[in-house]
Amino acid sequence: MSTTVTIAKREIKTYFNSPVAYIVVMVFMLIAGYLFFSQLFLEKQAELRSYFSLTPLVFTFIIPAITMRLIAEEKGSGTLEMLITMPVRDWEVVLGKFLAGMAMLAAIVGMTFFYAITIMLLGPVDRGPVVAGYVGLLLMGGAFVAIGVMASSFTRNQIVAFILAFAISFALFIFGQITQLAPEGLAPILTFLSISKHFEPLSRGIIDSRDVVYYLSVMVVCLVIATASLESRKWK
Amino acid sequence: MSDVMIKVENLTKEYGLTRAVDHVTFNVHKGEVLGFLGPNGAGKSTTMKILTCFLAPTSGSATVAGFDAFDQSLEVRRRVGYLPEDTPLYKDMSVLEHLEFAANMHGMTGENVHKRIKEIGGRCGLADVAGKLVGELSKGFRQRVGLAQAMLHDPDILILDEPTSGLDPNQIAEIRALIKEVGKEKTVILSTHILPEVQATCSRMLIISGGKLVADGTPDELRAREKATRYRLVVEANGTPLEAVKQKVGALAGVTACKTVSGEDGAHSFAIDGVAKNDLRKPLYRVAVDNNWILLELTRESASLEDVFRNLTTGEESRS
Repeated sequence: MSTTVTIAKREIKTYFNSPVAYIVVMVFMLIAGYLFFSQLFLEKQAELRSYFSLTPLVFTFIIPAITMRLIAEEKGSGTLEMLITMPVRDWEVVLGKFLAGMAMLAAIVGMTFFYAITIMLLGPVDRGPVVAGYVGLLLMGGAFVAIGVMASSFTRNQIVAFILAFAISFALFIFGQITQLAPEGLAPILTFLSISKHFEPLSRGIIDSRDVVYYLSVMVVCLVIATASLESRKWK
Repeated sequence: MSDVMIKVENLTKEYGLTRAVDHVTFNVHKGEVLGFLGPNGAGKSTTMKILTCFLAPTSGSATVAGFDAFDQSLEVRRRVGYLPEDTPLYKDMSVLEHLEFAANMHGMTGENVHKRIKEIGGRCGLADVAGKLVGELSKGFRQRVGLAQAMLHDPDILILDEPTSGLDPNQIAEIRALIKEVGKEKTVILSTHILPEVQATCSRMLIISGGKLVADGTPDELRAREKATRYRLVVEANGTPLEAVKQKVGALAGVTACKTVSGEDGAHSFAIDGVAKNDLRKPLYRVAVDNNWILLELTRESASLEDVFRNLTTGEESRS
């Protein structure tokens, strides 16, 4: 387990040594800032509704940008061979990478907390949905991070990893938006699979175990696949 | 030479249809510095990747320090220091950070880490660059960082994949000296396609070609396997025509071939191939004296490792 922490620490350091982290944080802050304050100034409402409703879409491309390098870069530059011939289990590597991605996610989500506080100071905001919404952002973001780690484990090319993660994330997002168009039998399945539909209750202040379990399942499944993908070099 | 540190049996690795390593069997004993030779693509790196648990063999087994490289890979990796080909390192870390990272990955913590890094960094000549980013270092220094990292956890076995490739002659000499020193206490396997390197550093060599092991022995033993010995003869024949001299020399017992090579004015030069077990220098001297030729030069050239290597790796048939 200590190796997991060592790997996660190294990845976090790398994020902040490169411009990627700062660009991602800036882009996300700009988008989030617009979503926060447009509602405040245009509709004169102190609410986080539009922020919470659009963040799933923003995550589909912001998070793959964070996660694309995690494993693909090491595969491409050959450092994976150095890393993985140290005494470390493959799942520890994957988990370390995932935790680093989660730390980045927590950083960008945490930054928007300043916006939320500003809005709370300006008008009466219901506390429940804010707390549940932020918990939901971390859960949903965690699922996106796990998808990104998985995509990054499939390839040595970061661009491919980005596109793949975006495609999977966007598909899971769009499932929730097309339920009206889908055949009747398919609609409940799409709703169940949709990454954004599970976020809606959370953004309204309802923490339902079904949604929490859904996000945790996505994380576990993706990380297990990523581990298998690393191990595939040892398949005979 | 009792403790077997690495035991490889019938190791085979296939990538799809191509067989990179083909039933290779060898042992490495404690304290040996083993040179792993072969042309590019012969299967050296693949074998090393299996020994370091990066890849799994298709069939056969590899036992390192008493543990199976596939089933007990964590135990193996704790006891092996590995320098992969081209020395992949994290370029955005400083040398010190990189070594700290490696130490932590090996479960080393606390005060010991810095003491050990200082010791090994000093041995590898890294003291002056400790704060520099790995990405800013020259190839030679990067190689030293890789080597320091491989030795950091004091492994019993060092596996070095082309440790001197891309270095200048001074750096090569330094790295070789380092390997030689380390080889006194540890078991070392290094791969290379540079022959003088093997002569300079290794106590034993393996030659691999097309995935198959074609030779195994000390450099002297392998040189002795070469059947022909070459002599160089230069005589001043006092007017005897070249052909006549050549005929007389060629008629000697043990001479298998006699070729004229261009020589000085008025002298005849020959390159003579003879059977390895006979020393032809005496008969050659005799024939010169008997015919009143003036002997200008007579040397025996022992077969070089280059010849051995070329014969083994380009020959139509490998050892059965």
